[in-house]
Amino acid sequence: MNDTVAIPALTPQDFTSDQEVRWCPGCGDYAIIKAVRKALAEIGTETKDVVFVSGIGCAARFPYYMATYGFHTIHGRAPAIATGVKLANPELDVWVVSGDGDGLSIGGNHTLHALRRNVDLNILLFNNEIYGLTKGQYSPTSREGTRSPSTPLGSVDHALSATRFALGAGARFVARAVDTDQKRLPGILKAAHAHKGTSFVEIFQNCIVYNDGAFDAFAERKTAPETQIFLEHGKPLVFGKDRDRGLRLAPGTFSLEVVPLGEGGVDEGDLLVHDQTNRPLAGILAEMEPPDFPMALGVLFCNPEESYEAAVYAQIDEAKEASGPAGIDKLLRSGHTWTVEAR
Amino acid sequence: MAEAALTLEEVPREELDAAVIRFAGDSGDGMQLTGGRFTETTALAGNDLTTFPDFPAEIRAPVGTTYGVSAFQINFGSRNVMTAGDVPDVLICMNPAALKTNVGDLREGGLVIVDTGTFTDKNLQKAGYEANPLDDDSLSRYRVMAIDISKLTLEAVKECEVTKKEGLRAKNLWTLGLIYWMYDRDLAATVEWLGTKFAKLPSIAEANIACLKAGHAFGETAELPDGALVYEIKPATFRPGLYRTVTGTEAMAWGLVAGAKLAGLKLVFSSYPITPASSVLHVLARLKAYDVVTFQAEDEIAAACAAIGSSYAGALGVTSSSGPGVALKTEALGLAITAELPLILINSQRAGPSTGMPTKTEQSDLYLAVYGRNADAPLVVLAARSSAEAFDVAIEAVRLATRYMTPVVLLSDTFIANAAEPWRLPDVGALEPFPVAFRTETEGFQPYERDPETLARPWVRPGTPGLEHRIGGLEKDYSSGNVSYDPANHQRMTDVRHEKIARIADDIPEQTVDQGPDRGPLAVVGWGSTYGPISRAVERTRSAGISVSHIHLRHLSPLPRNLGELLAGFDKVLVPEMNMGQLATVLRERYLVPAVSVPKVTGKPFKIVEIMDAIHAHSEA
Repeated sequence: MNDTVAIPALTPQDFTSDQEVRWCPGCGDYAIIKAVRKALAEIGTETKDVVFVSGIGCAARFPYYMATYGFHTIHGRAPAIATGVKLANPELDVWVVSGDGDGLSIGGNHTLHALRRNVDLNILLFNNEIYGLTKGQYSPTSREGTRSPSTPLGSVDHALSATRFALGAGARFVARAVDTDQKRLPGILKAAHAHKGTSFVEIFQNCIVYNDGAFDAFAERKTAPETQIFLEHGKPLVFGKDRDRGLRLAPGTFSLEVVPLGEGGVDEGDLLVHDQTNRPLAGILAEMEPPDFPMALGVLFCNPEESYEAAVYAQIDEAKEASGPAGIDKLLRSGHTWTVEAR
Repeated sequence: MAEAALTLEEVPREELDAAVIRFAGDSGDGMQLTGGRFTETTALAGNDLTTFPDFPAEIRAPVGTTYGVSAFQINFGSRNVMTAGDVPDVLICMNPAALKTNVGDLREGGLVIVDTGTFTDKNLQKAGYEANPLDDDSLSRYRVMAIDISKLTLEAVKECEVTKKEGLRAKNLWTLGLIYWMYDRDLAATVEWLGTKFAKLPSIAEANIACLKAGHAFGETAELPDGALVYEIKPATFRPGLYRTVTGTEAMAWGLVAGAKLAGLKLVFSSYPITPASSVLHVLARLKAYDVVTFQAEDEIAAACAAIGSSYAGALGVTSSSGPGVALKTEALGLAITAELPLILINSQRAGPSTGMPTKTEQSDLYLAVYGRNADAPLVVLAARSSAEAFDVAIEAVRLATRYMTPVVLLSDTFIANAAEPWRLPDVGALEPFPVAFRTETEGFQPYERDPETLARPWVRPGTPGLEHRIGGLEKDYSSGNVSYDPANHQRMTDVRHEKIARIADDIPEQTVDQGPDRGPLAVVGWGSTYGPISRAVERTRSAGISVSHIHLRHLSPLPRNLGELLAGFDKVLVPEMNMGQLATVLRERYLVPAVSVPKVTGKPFKIVEIMDAIHAHSEA
């Protein structure tokens, strides 16, 4: 018998490839890749079992910088390619790195169908509300009125919410995070990884060149406690530096309202309690945005069911069991055959 | 008109060496089913055969219209049968529209059988007849058998527990019964099939079987000139062996399964529904027990991409479509070319451009296959010549894709996809395996380090320890595969991608001449489903004393290495194609030969006589 040695736990450095990173200095992608490496190290996975698949865009260069398997593919198609990877080998730990243009514009269809099928993928959607690699055109998540080289007078189309899109598509795991939030992002990524089925994480990513400060209204560190609410399953919806505000349904409506807590306000017991298995709740939480409401971050929705590839292989296993050994000879002889004898 | 009034001339009993029958009716009349059953019975009777299902794109066009007519033609005989037949000898018309659209194809003196029950004023009008053609002399060139099949069908199902509508639906089987009588065929296989198909609807099964038998009995007992319509077609001489009928769709799907087994790979087939390619997905979706994963993707692009993802993960990724869908997959093909991953793309070609005529056959995607990508993006192109041969070509596609880490485009067409023919089952044990050797050795690993002979890069399955690497669509460094924008490197990578495909010419058989001398005044060069008509046309013109040879290509990229030399041995090269001259262009470009195009784009296969005419025209000069 061969000697066995304990494999030492990997560190974030072990997930770092030897390639020089080519993102702009100060890009939010640096913070995200740091959190991903940390999360993978903490998960305790091996580099050989991890595959990063990306499309096109700044975010899509991500796989080159990871010391795992990686496939930088074509614009918008990463979820489709990742689905093929997972169908060929369900054992692999497959991550999709996409952006708002890649995943919601040219590849919107593939994102939609990966989500509704519930393929066991972790989809990280870096949302910077702009096309970076093509030099600053507005994207499907850009807010109305965005001035850009292609919309010099301001964009006139309505912005898409990535999170609400995912919820609408039937995603079973939907979370949101801010790129620089190194305290919480790795934990959210670990939760996404732990979820079997498609996990969708929208990460607000600052583009320092073309859309700097797009998320300051809630991502700004100093004011964040007042402009963000971090969701935790089973816990009341409380936020604020002094935890002095909360969310409840405005009486007689299906609308949220911010209420003060404590003296002169309501009791914590009167607040809504986060239930991550409640899709309608996730929907109204996803609707919130500053200045009237805090931005909901963390796991908005998590309600697992059998993943797509598991169901596919369950059918295959069942068919194999029912059929017994299945060789080519048997296949060719299925149906009517006849023999021509030698004369 | 009197019931079963027959306006037959006296005809002698005939022993035929072959016959062509066309069943034509409304889309809802079950003509394809009827043709399918006749095909099975004919195969079991030992005849050689080729079929040509020809149906409209509309699922149920308005009843009785000419554009709703669906037809099924079969050529069968005691001799070798290579085409579906130029002209039908017998035409079955279930309504006036079927007569209107088909009778012009019938051979002079041929037999037309019509269901008079459908020749109402309304139906005649819908078909565009001003007067009933059965009442005037417009059909005087043919023998006409006018029978109220609708009425006889209802009589046949009187004792069955079916509604009038259900009963009337069985008139195709009544007609089939009559044709079985005419060609002395056994009803057993069809009776058994009906029993199985309608196992859960016993009264429907009973009605259909009753009609089949009633049609047969009508032939036996009707007051017809004694034996006048009974033909005899003796069994063909086949090589001894086990046979079945097979369509191109089935043979190709099974070839993929066999190829994957020979390569030791799991087959992942990703496709999006499109006429006429969907049937490959349908066949494979039922083969889960054979380690086949099928994926109906959200669109054509996703189907191609999922297949690429599967190949990346170490399975055999296959995608399939028809022209418009293949156009959508173009960018993904480029990725597979630069990532150097195996991929098979089946193109079941149909008449175009754009949506064109989805259920009609054409060969007009040869340019698309060979040239149709951005940048210099060479790949392998193969074409199947017949339904049965699609099995071998699919295996060859798997072999080349995996050995050379390249996409392979496998060309089929509507005709091959749908046409059935007898197939002598291959000795599966004799098929040579070509197991894929995935790279596992970590020492000295470079993702783009090439095999010195094949120039293929190593195939690594994700999950393999120590070989973690990144690839993608950006230009890559010659060995490491890391992103490189170095000018000389791009030239070198483009050269090597080209050279890799070119070298495959050394790994495929040299081009042979199918018929005739290997040099001479005239060669007819074809590819794909024109094989049958070219082969017959060359055979007939040769037996009439004309010197002409037939060369048929399976490998279209790269072309066989001796092809240029071979073509140079002929004074003239004639290229019949169901397009406006695409192979002719390729041959002229590659070999500077004066290839003459014989184009045909009517949505129908070549007739033998059309190619014979071309041969004659170019032999006289």
